[in-house]
Amino acid sequence: MKIVVPVKRVIDANVKVRLKSDGSAVDSDNVKMSMNPFDEIAVEEAIRLKEAGVAGEIVAVSIGSDACQDVLRSALAMGADRALLIRTEAVLEPLAVAKLLREVVAREQPQLVICGKQSTDGDANQAGQMLAGLLGWPQATFASKLDIGADGATVTREIDGGLEIIAVTLPAVVTTDLRLNSPRYTTLPNIMKAKKKPLDVIALDEFGVDTRPRLTTLGLAEPAARSAGVRVADVAELLAKLKNEAKVI
Amino acid sequence: MDFQLTEEQIAFQDSAREFARHELAPYAAHWDEEEVFPKDTLRRAGEMGFCGLYTPQQYGGLGLTRLDAAIVFEELAAGCTSTAAYLTIHNMVSWMIGSFARAEVAEQWGPALASGAKLGSYCLTEPGAGSDAANLRTRAERDGDVYRLNGSKAFISGAGSTDVLVVMARTGGTGAKGISAFVVPADLPGISYGKKERKMGWNSQPTRTITFDNVAVPSANLLGEEGQGFTFAMKGLDGGRINIATCSVGTAQAALEAAARYVQERQQFGQALAEFQTVQFRLADMSTELVAARQMVRLAAWKLDSGSPDATAYCAMAKRFVTDAGFKVVNEALQLFGGYGYIKEYPLERHLRDSRVHQILEGTNEIMRVIVARRLLQDGALETLR
Repeated sequence: MKIVVPVKRVIDANVKVRLKSDGSAVDSDNVKMSMNPFDEIAVEEAIRLKEAGVAGEIVAVSIGSDACQDVLRSALAMGADRALLIRTEAVLEPLAVAKLLREVVAREQPQLVICGKQSTDGDANQAGQMLAGLLGWPQATFASKLDIGADGATVTREIDGGLEIIAVTLPAVVTTDLRLNSPRYTTLPNIMKAKKKPLDVIALDEFGVDTRPRLTTLGLAEPAARSAGVRVADVAELLAKLKNEAKVI
Repeated sequence: MDFQLTEEQIAFQDSAREFARHELAPYAAHWDEEEVFPKDTLRRAGEMGFCGLYTPQQYGGLGLTRLDAAIVFEELAAGCTSTAAYLTIHNMVSWMIGSFARAEVAEQWGPALASGAKLGSYCLTEPGAGSDAANLRTRAERDGDVYRLNGSKAFISGAGSTDVLVVMARTGGTGAKGISAFVVPADLPGISYGKKERKMGWNSQPTRTITFDNVAVPSANLLGEEGQGFTFAMKGLDGGRINIATCSVGTAQAALEAAARYVQERQQFGQALAEFQTVQFRLADMSTELVAARQMVRLAAWKLDSGSPDATAYCAMAKRFVTDAGFKVVNEALQLFGGYGYIKEYPLERHLRDSRVHQILEGTNEIMRVIVARRLLQDGALETLR
């Protein structure tokens, strides 16, 4: 069984995100970039399926500039077999990403696509679902447990108010939640081996897919800064403030 | 000329940083307080590739450059100075055995050392031979197909908890040329270990004296030929000096980051400390000196990698400059924490205690000056030392 895992290059989770001084975009110049954490979980899950003898080949895919090769190398160092970069300088919306991934699926013929449930930059939480819709495949989103059986997959989903267990036939799209697994460290020997694994680059234009944006960004604003706390003299004052000012009790 | 790390070096750095953040930093205070030698963590470091960074690949190492190793050790030291420093010593041992031992001995020990399954100690210093190392008195007498080792070694990192020792001992006459180096299994009959030294820092690794009483070492365990031991020991130390210097950089970076965060939070006289220009200037100097120190390490590592005839002098310069600068940055960071810098709930006093010894070992900073001066006073040296 072949698995395709899309990976996105985002601002590292340990970086404090800022807007550019003119407010036009999030400042990503000279900022540490990493693989989207949910995609890391997706890569890890695919490798575990391979180690369990369920999966054969794992193909990591990214869409973006040449700089995205670093997250593909990370996926290869974790244990993916091949990587594919769809090169573009444009920032794509989830629908465009899903359309491109549909083309990748047509070429690669995987039985399973494992995506992060969302990227930590756009937080759209749409690409996986749209891909399933375009392919006409079942989708199992927010997975916290994934079991592949003879006739499909059993997926535990994290939903509001608890867990839901569903069965899907394959091929399918699964999106990962935080508790699916803990991604392994990339070891130095594996980083060195990853250099020799194939990484193909294809220009976005070659896919002949309409990736034009459907949305217009009107403006960006930073969240309000946290204001300083206040000291209360005693419990009575605390209760009064919670009741009258914060209105939470 | 390009100061940018390669894509692979950045990946190594990220890998080491992740490991340090999750596997070292959270435990460093406990290991210091309880004097724990974290062998399980060292084993995991071995799985990561950190136990044989520049050991030859044929003996289980990664065969990386000293520059690559410096980048990795810096990140590990930011997590736990003492444990990272032991790892650098282990790497030195692993490299010496992989590079200079006979094939059967390198095959026996190399892969086990490079994977962290076995640990090593480097045994040069003696109670009566510290800076004057070439005057060491431990003797190795040829007796049939063994050498009989007699004497004692002092301040040996890891001693009593490691599996193999690289021991410098005298097989010939006085001076450096009479010294040979041996691979000595740590549990051979006749080896005894002294009590664990109580130290100011570096508490996650035991330090002991080792006494050799007629210890029979197979003659095949000789590194190279008789009389080459001091040369091997000094080659090991060139890299060792870069490693210790880079541990100072990592520790100072951790201290600087802690201080920069703290002064933005700590309010006095109605404003954050960071709003006082005197604090800003101090941070600016700390950062400037740390960047200079880091580049000095990388220059020396590159000189060693490229086989420069001046590598020894550059390694000595780097060790002297960087361990002094690193200690100063840590001390300044502690000062910015005020009283909190002095109490053990914060890591600053540990950073200070751990990095202080870097000015003393792998050759004191005074001996570093001797090495640099000896080279620079040779004819034409100032043409190349620049």
